[in-house]
Amino acid sequence: MQKQRVVITGLGVISPVGTGKEKFWKSLLEGKSGIDYITRFNCDEFPTKFAGEVKDYNPEDYIDNKELKRLDRFAQFVIGAAGMAIDDAGLDLSSVDLTRVGVVVGCGIGGVETWEKQYSVLMEKGPKRVSPFFVPMMISNMASGQISIFFNLKGPNFTVTTACASGTAAIGEAFRILQRNEADVILTGGTEAPITPLSLAGFSSMKALSTRNEDPSRASRPFDKDRDGFVMGEGAGILVMETLEHALKRGARIYAEVLGYGCTADAHHLTQPAPEGEGAKRAMLAAIKDAGIQPEEIDYINAHGTSTPLNDKFETMAIKSVFGEHAYNLFISSTKSMTGHLLGAAGAVEAIATVMTVYTDEVHPTINYETPDPECDLNYVPNTSVKKKINVALSNSMGFGGHNATIIIGKIKN
Amino acid sequence: MEILDRVKKIIADQLGVDEDEVVPEASFIDDLGADSLDIVELIMAFEEEFDLEIPDEDAEKIKTVQDVIDYIKNHTS
Repeated sequence: MQKQRVVITGLGVISPVGTGKEKFWKSLLEGKSGIDYITRFNCDEFPTKFAGEVKDYNPEDYIDNKELKRLDRFAQFVIGAAGMAIDDAGLDLSSVDLTRVGVVVGCGIGGVETWEKQYSVLMEKGPKRVSPFFVPMMISNMASGQISIFFNLKGPNFTVTTACASGTAAIGEAFRILQRNEADVILTGGTEAPITPLSLAGFSSMKALSTRNEDPSRASRPFDKDRDGFVMGEGAGILVMETLEHALKRGARIYAEVLGYGCTADAHHLTQPAPEGEGAKRAMLAAIKDAGIQPEEIDYINAHGTSTPLNDKFETMAIKSVFGEHAYNLFISSTKSMTGHLLGAAGAVEAIATVMTVYTDEVHPTINYETPDPECDLNYVPNTSVKKKINVALSNSMGFGGHNATIIIGKIKN
Repeated sequence: MEILDRVKKIIADQLGVDEDEVVPEASFIDDLGADSLDIVELIMAFEEEFDLEIPDEDAEKIKTVQDVIDYIKNHTS
């Protein structure tokens, strides 16, 4: 059977650097950090006291009061982002076959805030006071479940949980469903709301987070020699993806085409990436093969670029191993230098940044790049955005558990 | 505060409705838009507010605002 071509027609984003596609993209091009001291709870006793909080999203704009109480923050984010993406796509839900509209969304953790609150209730007041909404608010699959209920979307629906690779893997799986013509439209992306005491404490104990408490906005510094860990962020990104045929039929504006997807496992360690980024390398190669292109056709990489010592070193090695000499021609940037690491939503907001790169021919920088690391010697677009024609771009995500996912996005060709 | 006012406030808060809609004859499910999970949460809230324990077999009989008020009157001193 002939595979369907798949395009991106709508973007919705809620992020530490701004809510809405315009504000998000403008902040990224300006190199604006969204990282600051945590305001959601007191973190005097925590080794890390900063994160990328979402500050300009009003869930009331999308969700009525009663519904709001039944939604953990991660679900509040994803409904807003989905609403924005549908609007941006000009998708009139009353005129499409809703059984052919699916939702495939990534979420690494789920409702950790709800979990913490209800555990306190259990300890303080006993089992009979635990909310009947605890389970439906906490389970991570509500990322896609709630979107379907909210917008009445009845096609294929599931949530992908592969830690920090969730967003990219979700987009890849959505791409496959559309290629197989099992849906006309899929809302895809990711969401996460991990800035809570328990989750911050857990990531801190792993020594995964930057502790640059004296200078939060400069803490996320991917590929810089003085990087000391990632910075937690929160938010959601949703892309409206549809078959080219469906997009053309409804006269939609097309941002870009999805060309390839690759997904691999390290089979190595709980949290550490495989030496030399071996798993990430195979994910990139698989995506390139899937796209039916040559490595040299790639112009831009939106790196996983977490700002941890190992990730950035190994990702650089993997890129060199895949691209050889061409690695030095690539423009590479890390969105996380500004947003922090949105975990299960990271791949989603980074896919949106990648789509905007291909659509606008502007490449956002990697900020806080000050001291070159001899082990990271590629062009990371330091500190200032550049204008450059980008025909084909690749976006990487890797997650705890050794999950690797890569997608390739290109300009739409006739 | 009168029992009615306290009950009204809890119901309005939990179900996201106006207090004016919370009239004695209103049914939680048919008039106030509650579902089975809302009812469980409401019963918990009444138990807390009025320091009661409402057994499941009694809770199942509570359908309207008046049912709650009657139950509270009959089970508190």
